[in-house]
Amino acid sequence: MPTVSVKRDLLFKALGRTYTDEEFDELCFEFGLELDEITSEKEIISKEQGDKKAEGASDVVLYKIDVPANRYDLLCLEGLVRGLQVFKERIKAPLYKRVMPNGEIQKLIITEETAKIRPYAVAAVLRNIKFTKDRYDSFIELQEKLHQNICRKRALVAIGAHDLDSLSGPFTFTAKRPSDIKFKPLSKTKEYTACELMNIYKTDNHLKHYLHIIENKPLYPVIYDSNGVILSMPPIINGNHSKITLNTRNVFIECTGTDFTKAKIVLDIIVTMFSEYCENQFTVEAAEVVFPNGKSYTFPELAYRKEMVRADLINKKVGIRETPENLAKLLTRMCLKSEVIGDGNQIEIEIPPTRADIIHACDIVEDAAIAYGYNNIQMTLPKTYTIANQFPLNKLTELLRHDMAAAGFTEALTFALVARTTLLPGLLKTIAANRKMPLPLKLFEISDIVVKDSSRDVGARNYRHLCAVYYNKNPGFEIIHGLLDRIMQLLDVPPGEKKGGYVIKASEGPAFFPGRCAEVFARGQSIGKLGVLHPDVITKFELTMPCSSLEINIEPFL
Amino acid sequence: MADGPVADVLLRRLEAADGGLDSAELAAELGVEHQAVVGAVKSLQALGEIIEAELRSTKRWELTAEGEEIAREGSHEARVFRSVPPEGLAQSELMRLPSGKVGFSKAMSNKWIRVDKSAADGPRVFRVVDSMEDDVQRRLQLVRGGQAEKLAEKERSELRKRKLLTEVTLKTYWVSKGSAFSTSVSKQEAELSPEMISSGSWRDRPFKPYNFSAHGVLPDSGHLHPLLKVRTQFRQIFLEMGFTEMPTDNFIESSFWNFDALFQPQQHPARDQHDTFFLQDPAEALQLPMDYVHRVKRTHSQGGYGSQGYKYTWKLDEARKNLLRTHTTAASARALYRLARKKPFTPIKYFSIDRVFRNETLDATHLAEFHQIEGVVADHGLTLGHLMGVLREFFTKLGITQLRFKPAYNPYTEPSMEVFSYHQGLKKWVEVGNSGLFRPEMLLPMGLPENVSVIAWGLSLERQREPPVPRP
Repeated sequence: MPTVSVKRDLLFKALGRTYTDEEFDELCFEFGLELDEITSEKEIISKEQGDKKAEGASDVVLYKIDVPANRYDLLCLEGLVRGLQVFKERIKAPLYKRVMPNGEIQKLIITEETAKIRPYAVAAVLRNIKFTKDRYDSFIELQEKLHQNICRKRALVAIGAHDLDSLSGPFTFTAKRPSDIKFKPLSKTKEYTACELMNIYKTDNHLKHYLHIIENKPLYPVIYDSNGVILSMPPIINGNHSKITLNTRNVFIECTGTDFTKAKIVLDIIVTMFSEYCENQFTVEAAEVVFPNGKSYTFPELAYRKEMVRADLINKKVGIRETPENLAKLLTRMCLKSEVIGDGNQIEIEIPPTRADIIHACDIVEDAAIAYGYNNIQMTLPKTYTIANQFPLNKLTELLRHDMAAAGFTEALTFALVARTTLLPGLLKTIAANRKMPLPLKLFEISDIVVKDSSRDVGARNYRHLCAVYYNKNPGFEIIHGLLDRIMQLLDVPPGEKKGGYVIKASEGPAFFPGRCAEVFARGQSIGKLGVLHPDVITKFELTMPCSSLEINIEPFL
Repeated sequence: MADGPVADVLLRRLEAADGGLDSAELAAELGVEHQAVVGAVKSLQALGEIIEAELRSTKRWELTAEGEEIAREGSHEARVFRSVPPEGLAQSELMRLPSGKVGFSKAMSNKWIRVDKSAADGPRVFRVVDSMEDDVQRRLQLVRGGQAEKLAEKERSELRKRKLLTEVTLKTYWVSKGSAFSTSVSKQEAELSPEMISSGSWRDRPFKPYNFSAHGVLPDSGHLHPLLKVRTQFRQIFLEMGFTEMPTDNFIESSFWNFDALFQPQQHPARDQHDTFFLQDPAEALQLPMDYVHRVKRTHSQGGYGSQGYKYTWKLDEARKNLLRTHTTAASARALYRLARKKPFTPIKYFSIDRVFRNETLDATHLAEFHQIEGVVADHGLTLGHLMGVLREFFTKLGITQLRFKPAYNPYTEPSMEVFSYHQGLKKWVEVGNSGLFRPEMLLPMGLPENVSVIAWGLSLERQREPPVPRP
C-alpha cells in the first residue's frame, strides 16, 4: 500500500478548513485511507540518523497517509484534496479536457528500434503552468510514487517531464547502442556516454535499482529533439538540458514503457493532477505520437466512459435500500458523476480518466457503499443452510494430536518452508533448542511433508506425517515402539501380519544406528520407520544423548 | 520407641521433672552436645502434643582461648612476677619469656616489680613485694565455674577489653510436658501404605501432618502446541457456524490457482520473486484446466463478464510457474471451481486454516511462513451487509464485539473491507482481518451463476490470542 506524505497545514489550507488529528483520522477511515503517521522531516531524520543530523531540518508537520494500491488518483496532495472535497460535496469533480494547440501540435515519433526494448510511448503538454516550491515538489513526488507502484519500478512505464521551451520538436523515440548515446544527465556537469552512466549509477542508491531493465541489452532507449538534444534515456535518467525548474511554464511529458495501457493511465494521472495549475485549469494540450507502422495517435486519452448500472443491483450487493437518486448522489461524491435515466432504476455513471481502477460494476458498487458509509450498513445473517463437515485428514489429525499428548508427548510446530520430505529434522532442531529442559524430551508433530508426484497437476503433493522422538540417557526404542503400538491401537489396527494388521520388520536407513531400525508395515503397505538414531545424526544436531524416533504416513488410516 | 536415646532420656527426665527442664542443662548433665538435645526436642515436637518447647535465649560469659590459659596458669603479669628471682633478672632476658612483654608492663603498673637501669650488665628487674594476689586469674576462674555474676560489671568489661572474656547468646529450649505427654511415643507415619490398609494398622498409627503450602508435583504429561490449540478453537468456531473444511493439503501451487484464477494480474507486485517463493523443481504445473484457463486469460487480457479486463498480454508460461502458495485463497479458488462444476448450484459455507508462505525477512513481527484462517460463503444474493453480519458472529465467538469496517483494496475482492476491532489495552482500533466479496471476474469464468455472490474473509492465526473460553 503506497504511503503519501503531505504537509498538514498545506493540506488543511487546500481543504479550506482545519481538523484535529482524530477528526482527520476519522475522515480517512471513512474514505478508505489510513492516517498512518504524524511526523516531521526533523523527526524522520532524527529517528533514522540521530538527533545531530536532524538539527536544522524542517519541523513542519507531515501526515503520512496510506492509499489503496489501485487509487493512483490519490497519490499526491492535489488528488487527495480533490477526492476528499468531492466526497464532502464541497466541490464538484473537475472535467478534464484535452485541447489542440494554437500552433503546431508536438509530435513524438517512435522508430522501430524500440520494438525489442521499450515499444510504447505517449506524451502530452501542460501549457502555461505555474509552479511553486510545494507544487514542484509534489509534481516530482507523484512521478516517484507512480514509478514505484503502477510503473512497477519503471519496468512497465517510465516518466520524463521536460521544459518544453528549452527544446524543439518533433521528438524522436528510438534505441541506440549505448556507446553512441552521449549527454549531460540530470544533476551532472559534464557529458557521459550511456556505458559510462550505467557504471556511475551502479553506486547510486536510487538509480541502481533500475539499471537491470536495460543493462545487457544491445540497444538503449533514448529520446531526441529535432536538434539532437537528448531529453531522456528511459527508464534511467533525463537529460539536464530540458530539466524543469520553478520557472518552467510549459512542460512536455513523455511516458515510455512495455505496457501500453499503463503508460496511458500514468500520463492521464499526471496531467489530470497538475493541469490544476495551468492557466486554463484542467485543460491539457494534446501531443501526437507516431508509431513505427506510421499510425499516429493523440494523447492524453482523458477518456470518459459511461457505465450503466441498475439501482437494485447496487442495493442488492451492498444490502441497503436507497432510491436511485440517492445512489446517484453517493456515486457522484466518489468522483463518479451519475444520474438516473431510463425507467428510473437505471443509473448512468461517468467514469473519469482519473479512475482507471473502475473496471467492473462491482467497483461502482463498492464506491456507492463507501459513500453510504460501510459502518452504516445494516448487518444481517445470510439464510444459507449448510451442514458442516471436517476435512477427514484434519479430523484424524486432531484426534491423534490429543492422544499423542495424552501419551506423554509434547507437540512441536516447526517450519515447513523448505518443502521438506520428512518431519524428523524439525523435531531434532526443536530438541537442540530445548537441551536445557529436564530429560527425557518427548516430542511429536503431525504435519504435511511434500514430495514430487507427476500424477498431480502441480507435479507434487503433500503427505500427512506423524513424527515422534524420544531423547534421554537411554535410547528408549521400547518407548517409541510402545508409542507406535498405542497409535495402532487407537487406529484399530491389530498387531500381526494378517490383512489389515501391522508389523515392524528389521530394516536400515541412513539416519539410524545399524541393527536398530525397523520398517513399519500396516494395512499391507510400508508407512514409515522407527529406530535408534545414528550417533552421527545426533551429533550433527549438536545433541549428546541417545535418541529414538518414529515417522509414519497416516493417510492409509483414513 | 522414640527418636534415639537422647529423646528417650529427655522424656524420662521430663516425666520426673517438676514443671520442665532446660535443654542446655540437660546437655551438660548428659555430657552431650547441646545440638543433640535440640534435635531430640524438634523430633518430639513433630510428633504432635507430646512436649511443649519454649525457645529461650540466654546470655552467658565464656572464656576465650587466652582466658582459659590464664585461668589455668595465671595472668601474664603474675607469671612475670614469679619468674623474677630475689636477686633480680636482666630485663632483656625477661622480655624473651612468653608472657614477657604484656606481663612486664602490667606488673610494672601493679607496682609488683621495678627496673634498675644503672645495673652493670644493662637494666635489671627486681621484685618490689614478696607476694601478690592474681585477681585476673581468680576472676576468670569464677567465670569458668559459671559464677560470672559474682563479678562487678566494671571487672567483666575490663576482662572483655583484654579479650579474655566474651559474651555469647545461647538459644535453649525450656521443655515441658505436652497435652499428649507420654514416655512411650512412637514415630509418625509419613504415608498410608497398602500394608496398613490390609492390616488395619492405620487405625493406631499417628501420621505426619502435610505441608499444604508446598507446591504440588506437575503431572508428567505431554502438551499440545499453544498455537495449534488456537487452531483447534478456530476450527471449532467454524464448525459451530456450519462451515465445511476445505482440503488445503498442497503447499505447492501453480501461479494459475494462486494468482490468475483470482484475477490477480501477471505484473502484480505480489508475483515478484521478492514476495513469493517460486519452485525450481517441479518448476511448472503439469496440468491446468485448459477450458477454464482460456476464460481466465480472456478476462485478464480483454475483459468480459461486464469487465474491462486489465488489457495486457496474458502468458500461459507465467501461470504455469509453481510456487509455495502465498495464501489459502488458492485452495478456496479450487474449491469454488469444483463447486461451479456441480450443477445445480448448491449454497456452501467453507473454511480452512493452513500454512502459507511469503518471501519475508524474518524478524520479531515477520515470518516467512504462517497460518491463514479463511472463511467463504457462496449463495444467491449475498450482500456486504451479510458479510458484516457473519463477521460479527464470527468475532463475537472470539470475544471481540466492538467492530468497524474500513474500505480497502484487494485484487480479488470488490467491495473489500478491512475489519478493525477496538483494543482495550492499546486504546485504539487495530486491524483484525481482511474481507470482501469475490470479484465477478474471478467467479464467472469458473462457471458460477451470475447472481451468486461469494463473501470471504481471512486472518492470520499467528496474530490471534486464545479465544476466551473454554480453556485449556
